[in-house]
Amino acid sequence: MDFLSSPLAGSLLVAVGWLVVAVAGLIPAGNAAFARRVAFPLGALAGVALAAFGLQAVWLPAQTMTLPLGLPDLPFHLRIDPLAGFFLMLLGSVSAGISVYSTGYFREEPSGRLALISLQYHVFLASMAFVLLADDAYLFMVAWETMALASYFLVITDHQKPATRSAGFLYLLIAHLGAIAILLCFGVLHGGRGDYTFEALRAAELTPLWATVAFLLAFFGFGAKAGMIPLHAWLPEAHPAAPSPVSALMSGIMLKTAIYGMVRVIFDLIGNVRWEWGLVVLAIGAGTTLFGVLYALMQHDLKRLLAYHSVENIGIILLGLGMSMVFIGFGHPAAGALGLIAGLYHTLNHAVFKGLLFLGAGSILHSTGLRNLNDMGGLIRIMPRTAFYFLIGALAISALPPLNGFVSEWLTFQTALQAPLLQNGVVRSLLPLFAATLALAGALTAMCFVKVYGIAFLGRPREPAHGASTPTSGDAGQMERYGMAWLAAGCFVLGLFPSSFLLMLNRVSVSLTGGGLSEEALSGSGWVWLVPTAAEQASYSPIIFFVVIVVVTLLAFLLVRHFYHGRVRFAAPWDCGYPEQTSRMQDTADAFGQPIRHVFGPLYRMDRRLPGPDDPAPSYALKIEDRHWYWLYLPVARAAEFLSSKIALLQQGRISIYLLYSFLTLIALLVFVR
Amino acid sequence: MNLSAGMAFQILQSLFVVLAAPLLVGWVNQCRAWLQNRSAPSILLPYFTLAKLFHKDAVMAHDASPLFRSTPYILFGCMWLAAGIVPVLATDLPFAPAADIIALVGVFALARVFSALAAMDIGTSFGGLGARREMLIGFLAEPAMLMTLFTAAFISGSTQLTTIVETLAHREFAIYPSLAFAAVAFVMVLLAENARIPIDNPTTHLELTMVHEAMILEYSARHLALIEWAVAIKLFAYMTIGIALFVPWGIAEAGDWESLPLAFAALAAKLVLAGAGLALIETLLAKLRLFLAPEFLSTAFLLAVLGMLTHFLVRS
Repeated sequence: MDFLSSPLAGSLLVAVGWLVVAVAGLIPAGNAAFARRVAFPLGALAGVALAAFGLQAVWLPAQTMTLPLGLPDLPFHLRIDPLAGFFLMLLGSVSAGISVYSTGYFREEPSGRLALISLQYHVFLASMAFVLLADDAYLFMVAWETMALASYFLVITDHQKPATRSAGFLYLLIAHLGAIAILLCFGVLHGGRGDYTFEALRAAELTPLWATVAFLLAFFGFGAKAGMIPLHAWLPEAHPAAPSPVSALMSGIMLKTAIYGMVRVIFDLIGNVRWEWGLVVLAIGAGTTLFGVLYALMQHDLKRLLAYHSVENIGIILLGLGMSMVFIGFGHPAAGALGLIAGLYHTLNHAVFKGLLFLGAGSILHSTGLRNLNDMGGLIRIMPRTAFYFLIGALAISALPPLNGFVSEWLTFQTALQAPLLQNGVVRSLLPLFAATLALAGALTAMCFVKVYGIAFLGRPREPAHGASTPTSGDAGQMERYGMAWLAAGCFVLGLFPSSFLLMLNRVSVSLTGGGLSEEALSGSGWVWLVPTAAEQASYSPIIFFVVIVVVTLLAFLLVRHFYHGRVRFAAPWDCGYPEQTSRMQDTADAFGQPIRHVFGPLYRMDRRLPGPDDPAPSYALKIEDRHWYWLYLPVARAAEFLSSKIALLQQGRISIYLLYSFLTLIALLVFVR
Repeated sequence: MNLSAGMAFQILQSLFVVLAAPLLVGWVNQCRAWLQNRSAPSILLPYFTLAKLFHKDAVMAHDASPLFRSTPYILFGCMWLAAGIVPVLATDLPFAPAADIIALVGVFALARVFSALAAMDIGTSFGGLGARREMLIGFLAEPAMLMTLFTAAFISGSTQLTTIVETLAHREFAIYPSLAFAAVAFVMVLLAENARIPIDNPTTHLELTMVHEAMILEYSARHLALIEWAVAIKLFAYMTIGIALFVPWGIAEAGDWESLPLAFAALAAKLVLAGAGLALIETLLAKLRLFLAPEFLSTAFLLAVLGMLTHFLVRS
């Protein structure tokens, strides 16, 4: 087989290459420069290659391969099809930027630790590639668990801190709950026939009841990894604990493998999608979207805030997928394809801009040592380049045209506007309401990123808690900037040339569900125009949009300069006649969220301490907690503790008692087994 | 009609909107003065103000960033773009397919985000206050606006503003219940989005109440002029969107050049009425407390949703 012309062999080569890089980092253990100068750049190159192979695979028919590895009689099956190709492209291209960034980011890491990080990092990448390539449940679960473990070790890089350890434990716990559900789902699909290849699972005929059970197991199993409510609790703990490139990798790519699994199992393996399932996905998706953004608005830790935004964006992806399932369930494949495309497009977009934002947060942390927004301020003057890239990411995630976040939300809106096709009146009027949720979430996201950007980068430096001025080491280093520039360019490419990606995703949809966009849409979508259904129904041309807005803005500038002047005088800001203003009088992150607390108060668990009127030492405290901890996690934890304390009664620590147990067991066996 | 004539018309129409927008503001101010028993300023006053501001030297805070300096131009560019999308005189706009109603809402959001960011740039307490309040109003108004537009999109089966207007202009003169709900919601959103009473007061500089003015407090001279002008274009654009959706009759069809004078007269008459109506609303209502704004706007949202549901009910 010609290796370079076969995307499957090429992708396999890249995945193995990542493993080799991982192990090679260990050998010259005393030499941190190796990991930095060789391992991460090689990993980035491999990522670019993987993206190319993935892109190629989208346009080719599916390829399969059997590796003589694994258990006897249970070899590993590999397969690459357009869906896997698309996700491999996502993995390769986004990880390339993050690897380049890591080269710069880990420059002060002690040598032994860096070798370990490099090992886990590349094993993590390789395991994600294997998840996408797997064609049997066995390899899939092995890769899935490797991915969970590698990322667990990356999360607890700073394991000296107890908070990091408990965040890692929570992540591992929820990851395994999800894994059990996925395992059970494969069990249901398999139905006792002894063949765990995806081909056999695909061919299985399920009764509607068992199909629904399989759907629910897959949805919640993968949802735990994706971070949908109420299984999202690990995200805001694990992301801040991990080093920033790792957060970018987890939030940008690992959550997407869960989306991949969901699409693979629900659309492909189970097949025969029912519209009721779509409603479940939509309801959870809408809740996840709103909940994620509302909690993000309450955060002042930058990385926690970004983690809650990942929850929100997973919700947006679920809205696209859910609408797709509703339309397919009602027998409208073209509209279903549009929803699927919208969801997958947002998957790619989120990987790019959230990766970028986490990297930006990493550069801030690196330069100033700060994660708390309330201590930042005026960073645009210290780190202008980071500020520029972060602004692109912030505009993209706020779904503002002409960047990429807007395109996928636009496609989701267009899917919702297909609602008149549906036969069922209730579902028909529900879909636009989900679109309204999306609109609300989009506007709230814009508010949240005005807050982040305004507080961190704009304004004047707020003094840190203890009065010392913020120490900084200037702008992000060169490699860090290259990594961010790569992803920022991705925001523009995905935003300005969406049609090529639309056609690519259409191919994914055709191969997966058999349905694609209408002929009119495909012929109408060229380089310039994005047409989801038909040209007279809706069209959008980001490139024209972008050119026009740049031209008129420049024109305004030139006209003003030409007819008037460009004179500027500098003065102190206006102080309202009160000259003793300090930088502490600026808005803080918590103050910025105050209107939201006011409007959405009941959704939060708030603990507020206000000083009394004649308090000699007045203090003000506000604590906002996730409600899900109290109705779900803590009761479950208490129940688990109660049960284990009861079971612990069996354990007496005396040999005679244990012998008695053995004796009783034997008696019981003698009675029941003849 | 060939493309170059269309392009020429497109450019002329957006120039017309940009140049005529301050006149509408002048008219609203004049009506308001009459209604409040004051002697009215000239209808051309906004133009004089702009000219005066352009001639002055800009005064800027010491540590203003490039973002602060470029925002007025970006705002102006966004509004100019919006002026190019909305069918004002005729539905024949070659640029319109590049951005539909969702993108139009996106343009307004882009402008809002940039003005809020610029407000926080200097680091005064007012800037942050204004930005926070503006984003609060924005996130409440945006979904309501989208739902209103979706109602029209469902009726005409398209999100292109030109197609919507062509469809709606051809319908017989009857009251659509869904559009009636949407119209009320739209007026409420218009008031909020354009910093008008009862949500905001464009003439106040009282720290307890101001929203939009708090954001632009640090701007002066040409930057302030551009922002004021952009605000005028925004009001003009919103009014013409409302006219296009709810009273589109009289607008010229594609290629129908003879009816342009008639379209112009119809537009002028509608804008005169709409401006007077806005002045009337601003005179009759009192400004709401900031935290009543969510109630006001969620009412608008619910009305828009109700309109949409009515459309589905009546249709089925």
